[in-house]
Amino acid sequence: MSDMTTSTEPTLMRRIWDSNMAYSFRRNPVAVVSLLIFAVIALSAILAPLIAPFDPYDPAQIDIMNSEYPPVWVDGSESQFMLGTDDQGRDLWSTILYGTRLSLLIGLCAVTLQAFLGISIGLIAGYVGGRLDSLLMRLADIQLSFSTLMVAIIFLAITQAMFGSDTFNRFAVYFLIAVIGIAEWPQYARTVRATVLAEKKKEYVDSARVLGFGPMRIMVRHILPNSLSPIFVISTVQVANAIISEASLSFLGLGMPPSQPSLGSLISSGFDYIFSGSWWITAIPGIVLVVLVLVINLLGDWMRDVLNPKLYKG
Amino acid sequence: MLAYLVKRLFQAIAVMFVISVIGFAIQDNLGDPLRELVGQSVSEEVRQQLRDELGLNDSFAKQYLRFLGNALQGDLGTSYFFKEPALDVILKKLPATLELVLGATIIIVGLSVPLGVYTAIKPNSIISRIIMGLSIIGISIPVFLTAILMIFVFSVELGWLPSFGRGDVVHVWGYWDTNFATLDGWEHILLPSIALASIMLPLFVRLIRAEMMEVLESEYVKYAKAKGIHPGRIYFVHALKNTLLPVITVGGVQIGTMVAYTILTETVFQWPGMGFMFLEAINRVDTPLVVAYLIVVGFIFVVTNTIVDLIYGLVNPTVNLARMGA
Repeated sequence: MSDMTTSTEPTLMRRIWDSNMAYSFRRNPVAVVSLLIFAVIALSAILAPLIAPFDPYDPAQIDIMNSEYPPVWVDGSESQFMLGTDDQGRDLWSTILYGTRLSLLIGLCAVTLQAFLGISIGLIAGYVGGRLDSLLMRLADIQLSFSTLMVAIIFLAITQAMFGSDTFNRFAVYFLIAVIGIAEWPQYARTVRATVLAEKKKEYVDSARVLGFGPMRIMVRHILPNSLSPIFVISTVQVANAIISEASLSFLGLGMPPSQPSLGSLISSGFDYIFSGSWWITAIPGIVLVVLVLVINLLGDWMRDVLNPKLYKG
Repeated sequence: MLAYLVKRLFQAIAVMFVISVIGFAIQDNLGDPLRELVGQSVSEEVRQQLRDELGLNDSFAKQYLRFLGNALQGDLGTSYFFKEPALDVILKKLPATLELVLGATIIIVGLSVPLGVYTAIKPNSIISRIIMGLSIIGISIPVFLTAILMIFVFSVELGWLPSFGRGDVVHVWGYWDTNFATLDGWEHILLPSIALASIMLPLFVRLIRAEMMEVLESEYVKYAKAKGIHPGRIYFVHALKNTLLPVITVGGVQIGTMVAYTILTETVFQWPGMGFMFLEAINRVDTPLVVAYLIVVGFIFVVTNTIVDLIYGLVNPTVNLARMGA
């Protein structure tokens, strides 16, 4: 196996470049620009500790006297704070970098958890079938109809009231990942189950069974690779949704605390100052959030068009 | 049909049962009713005695049954903050939320059908492209951000519309005060309704468009065209009817989302409805009110979902009711 990967490496790049998907990607300016913007945002989020001029988590670098300076292109600004400062005197640019990092981290981890749960449940439901299948799918229906945001608001609100805000704030990241991750599993489970039902009738699955492979191996090594394209499509949309959910929860005060703000909590703390004219504390993180979600959605749209042969229309 | 009905009702009761157990578990673990009743100054012996009298030392099952019995009689406890029956507090807030949802629903239905149909009929026109582009931007803006943006533009900068509260309301009946009777009321409900509608509208436009495009490819539409039926009639009578089935299902699934978004919208606009009340109750650790909210919202939710499912079963002749009931 190992010599195969080394010998195909140059051709692998070639194969990717020549593939249908890459071709349609190059031909689609919206997708190219979206991916570029996403890459820039993701890179600056990952490199936040290197890029950011200030550390928003370090109280020694924060001075309340610096609060509410506008961005540099507005009168009354301070040149060291490019995008101005927030209500606590933190440099907005640094805080946004760190906030984007948190928003992306929570979004990606939550979707990974969703995918893991959903794919496992979907595979089992589709492969085993029968009573287990109908029970799991009934549960998925009920879970789905409750809407993630509603479940998350109620769960987090009660957790916060139960543990007190100090403990809650310390573990907020994990709570957010867990609740967004667990509440959305049916999205994956339903899709995976549907493809498993279609795939399992095919001959290659029969032949694998005749060869004596166990159900685990057939599910993971044989059926799962053939269900990947819908999983990719859902994943992009799910990341966008998870980021929005996280922002909404943080906005309600049920997510990241103001001392360690994600984009949602930054917008929330800025909202109190919007009537006094400090629009930038809300507006700039808001724009970053919308652009981030928008490019992910655009990529998801493009991917759905490419991977869904039903929509091939030349 | 009867078997389907019974099965659906059974499922609704099962969900309600789970909600009530969760509600009770929260009530049991969150906050201390004794402290709310007598404060901190009472000795430990008296406390124990009170606990016995109130039945707080009984087993979980026994306490749950008592809670369930009271709940079935409409007694969901007394709010610590308002010093009123929790159910009354919620029922007083309910009309404000329902009017907000009504306003949003009117906007969603009124716009999504024509926009969805138009973009399906002329998928390549410039206007359709603009509508579809706007719809993906609309999906990408969280509802609270739309709300803040509108407050900033229309209330802070332009000063045209109020940014919080319900304004002048006219009393109708019971706890129901309406926004729709005065100009001031209309001005107050406009922005929150648009904000609440903003996230659902693109979703429905896209859904109606996708379904409509599929239906327009079907044989019976081609036949109707060949027969020379007026296009307007084909689109709005023959085709639209069949696109509405999936829209009903998605609409049913979105009820829960709508509840969550009312919490967000009401928070931004300080709209005196149930969602805003729920967050305040959480901050005050007003356990009976939190639990009552859960039960009431769960109830509304289960009832509407069941009705949507039943309507779907009735409207769609292809749903095999006998099989689903078996």
